[in-house]
Amino acid sequence: MSTEQKPAGCLGVAMKRKEDPRFIQGKGRYVDDISLPGMLYLSLVRSPYPHAEIKAIDIGDAMKVPGVVAVITGKDLEAAGLGWLPTFHGYDKQMVLAIGKVLFQYQEVAAVFAETRAAAADGAEAVQVEYAPLPVVADPFTAKRDETILRPDRDKKTNHIYHWEVGDKDKTARALANSPKKIKERIWFQRCHPAPLEPCGCVAQFDTMGRLQFYVTSQAPHVYRTALALVTGIPEDKIHVVSPDIGGGFGNKVPVYPGYVCAIVGALKIGRPVKWIETRTENLTSTGFARDYHMDVEIGATPDGRVTALHVATTADHGAFDAAADPTKYPAGMFGIVTGSYDFPTAHAEVDAYFTNKAPGGIAYRCSFRVTEASYAIERAMDILADELAIDPAELRRRNFVRKEQFPYPSSLGFTYDSGDYQKTLDVAMEKIGYRELLKEQAEKRARGELMGIGFSTFTEVVGAGPSKVFDILGIKMFDSAEIRIHPTGAGIVRAGTKSQGQGHETTWAQIVGEELGLDPQNIMVEEGDTDTAPYGLGTYASRSTPVAGGAIAMAARRVREKARKVAAHMLEAGEADVEWKDYKFQVKGVPARSVTMKEVAFAAYTNMAQIEPGLEASYYYDPPNMTFPSGAYVAVVDIDRETGEVKVRRFLAVDDCGIIINPLIVEGQIHGGLTEGFAIAFMQEIQYDKEGNNLNTNFTDYLIPTSLETPAWETEKTVTPSPHHPIGAKGVGESPNVGSPAAFVNAVIDALSPLGVRHIDMPITRDKVWRAIHQAEAMTT
Amino acid sequence: MKVTVTVNGKAYEREVEARTLLAYFLREECGLTGTHVGCDTSSCGCCVVVLDSETAVKSCSMFAAQADGHQVLTVEGLANGGTLHPLQQAFWDQHGLQCGYCTPGMLLTSIVLLKNNPNPSESDIREGLAGNLCRCTGYQNIVKAVQQAAGALGVQA
Repeated sequence: MSTEQKPAGCLGVAMKRKEDPRFIQGKGRYVDDISLPGMLYLSLVRSPYPHAEIKAIDIGDAMKVPGVVAVITGKDLEAAGLGWLPTFHGYDKQMVLAIGKVLFQYQEVAAVFAETRAAAADGAEAVQVEYAPLPVVADPFTAKRDETILRPDRDKKTNHIYHWEVGDKDKTARALANSPKKIKERIWFQRCHPAPLEPCGCVAQFDTMGRLQFYVTSQAPHVYRTALALVTGIPEDKIHVVSPDIGGGFGNKVPVYPGYVCAIVGALKIGRPVKWIETRTENLTSTGFARDYHMDVEIGATPDGRVTALHVATTADHGAFDAAADPTKYPAGMFGIVTGSYDFPTAHAEVDAYFTNKAPGGIAYRCSFRVTEASYAIERAMDILADELAIDPAELRRRNFVRKEQFPYPSSLGFTYDSGDYQKTLDVAMEKIGYRELLKEQAEKRARGELMGIGFSTFTEVVGAGPSKVFDILGIKMFDSAEIRIHPTGAGIVRAGTKSQGQGHETTWAQIVGEELGLDPQNIMVEEGDTDTAPYGLGTYASRSTPVAGGAIAMAARRVREKARKVAAHMLEAGEADVEWKDYKFQVKGVPARSVTMKEVAFAAYTNMAQIEPGLEASYYYDPPNMTFPSGAYVAVVDIDRETGEVKVRRFLAVDDCGIIINPLIVEGQIHGGLTEGFAIAFMQEIQYDKEGNNLNTNFTDYLIPTSLETPAWETEKTVTPSPHHPIGAKGVGESPNVGSPAAFVNAVIDALSPLGVRHIDMPITRDKVWRAIHQAEAMTT
Repeated sequence: MKVTVTVNGKAYEREVEARTLLAYFLREECGLTGTHVGCDTSSCGCCVVVLDSETAVKSCSMFAAQADGHQVLTVEGLANGGTLHPLQQAFWDQHGLQCGYCTPGMLLTSIVLLKNNPNPSESDIREGLAGNLCRCTGYQNIVKAVQQAAGALGVQA
């Protein structure tokens, strides 16, 4: 491709990914590919009970298993002061290995270290644990009654973790009471799991200098280093965290898990490297789940469809420990985005979270901290309102959109939306999908009794956490960073505090540098994930890489350019003020013939710098002034088989506005992938627990990942509304399709079923649920 | 027990436990870590390799002992010196991968798919890849990649 050689003008170029050659040749280096001399394997003993007292643990048989070297339990860790692990937002702590009792099925109980993977598993089988089962609290509504207190270790003897609220409670209540039209619906966003194809894992080693070398599947390696220093007491300079290639993260690889701590303790205690790689079952049953929000949504409106007020009361199931990976001051994340793309004069949102006997988590699964729950709630509720008022759902949205001229828009729940053109994005979607023709087709089909549905979702996200005045994790402000070094030949290296898990940073970060400095991105190496070399950053999740680290890279490049301008002035024998950066070159103002390229300047910076300090490098720690607010208009078209309840997604169009696009190939790929995850959530995926607290979805035969057969063909389109405050105008995109699409799918299904009087079905919308809804409706009419 | 498996044209003779899966034989005994493991239930297809040039097998559902005396092709054996296999080239050209974890299995399944059906339709490809999960791409660009490779291989033949 000729564009690949393009030395400048790198933004918006569909450059093929620089990281791909190693992946397509099997040369990626994932954590399980790391093998160190003398390395042991760790296998964890897990609880079969959701809630039980541990009467005794007998490791005698396990120690007799050939190859088993050591077994440790919660008591051993407690004695070493490592019994508990703080969760990221700092409100709770989590047992590393169970102490006294277990609180969820598959909880970590003992750690077995052995010479081989198989011997470690054999050893774990041989550990004898005597349990005395306790009453199980399997849902937050039971938890609320406080009949069984799950966490007596905490000061407050209640299962209630926190109450959080935002907005004007009284004004909203009054506005709702005075609204001539109202809808209210309980909308549940089910518990699901990110399930990246590579499970979590690590290799821990104390090197000859006594320094911890820790290779780990981490989306935030610097935060891990600091957290490990705080938890273990190992000085932070004696910890080296490396995130090698990561096989997908989606939020699952943000928290620190007990297996990591056990591997480090084992490596220290035994004096040999230890590898821990979880199985798929361990991944699905014990590492960070997502969602599990029961949302009571109320909207008030005028008869002509102007919204007057929004109230959302949420009951959240956080499992046994509050391990939600949210910024410290935001226990319910960015749930305040629940007013969505609509101009609500007043709103009030509240969340009450409870402990249950389920796995801990509440991580941001391909979304910016609870944005998906919020977007789903408002986009479903707007459709319910449209149905109530008998107004076309697209038209209802149009009437209530925040208008283009209202930006920067202060939402009634406290955000300042940076930019958007929701009207235009919806127009593009309706035009491209052929809405009018579809409505005509639908009317004809309805007359024949056929079920066809069209569903909209016109969402707004809030991403790029975030400004230091409000965002931190464990007290560390959520800036990000970049360091750029340009070599004498005009090649260079950029290091960032982020960590790609498939997002293609090795390409896009090079493109930003290429754009800012007029250099060939093919020769800008990108390095992330190594805490010894990368500047401190908060990592990659919550669509924060481009909004935050992308900003840092652009600003660091501009610092390099300022240094380069001095060298250029010397080369051009002109005053610095007379040298301008134009057309990706330095030139004397008004004399384009007198110019030097950045490549020439780079060489001079090391060879002909006169009185200027040698070298050409800069770093930048970027504290974003605001969040970014990507938006989109999605349309799903479905056909439903009345006899079987099977939903066929005939078309799906995603019109995204993520601001300035760095690489359209990568953006489109991200949208395809996010839509597929949204499709899975809408139709297939739920981590279910039975009433006894047993996890029913412990592997890929029960927790379904869509295959190429079920996955629809995706259509994409874009509008571009730059972020006014971001250095290159970008907003981030990776999560939009997963945030915006579930509501579009569900709205389409409910639209198809609306002639039967069906108003809402909770996800996942399985064939069985649809069939029942159809047959119940038919039974009522006959 | 002793097994000998010829992987990418090279014979590996190793002493292994009878329960050793082919996937771990390749990864840990042969050091060929391009073959990945993503589940415990033969659902994900990250570990697919080609057996005796004709069958795509999930190497997590086969013992190393069962491969004794057989030929195995893994992702490391696809490129010919410095030249990428047309499927590898196509996955790169069409942005058919993101995190790269499923990619080796996708490539090897596609090798056999195209061997059996050199001119597959889109639905043939989607059906042929249904045993390989991808969490990043939504499959659309993978399908395009296989189509591109089918064209390139057709020209070669």
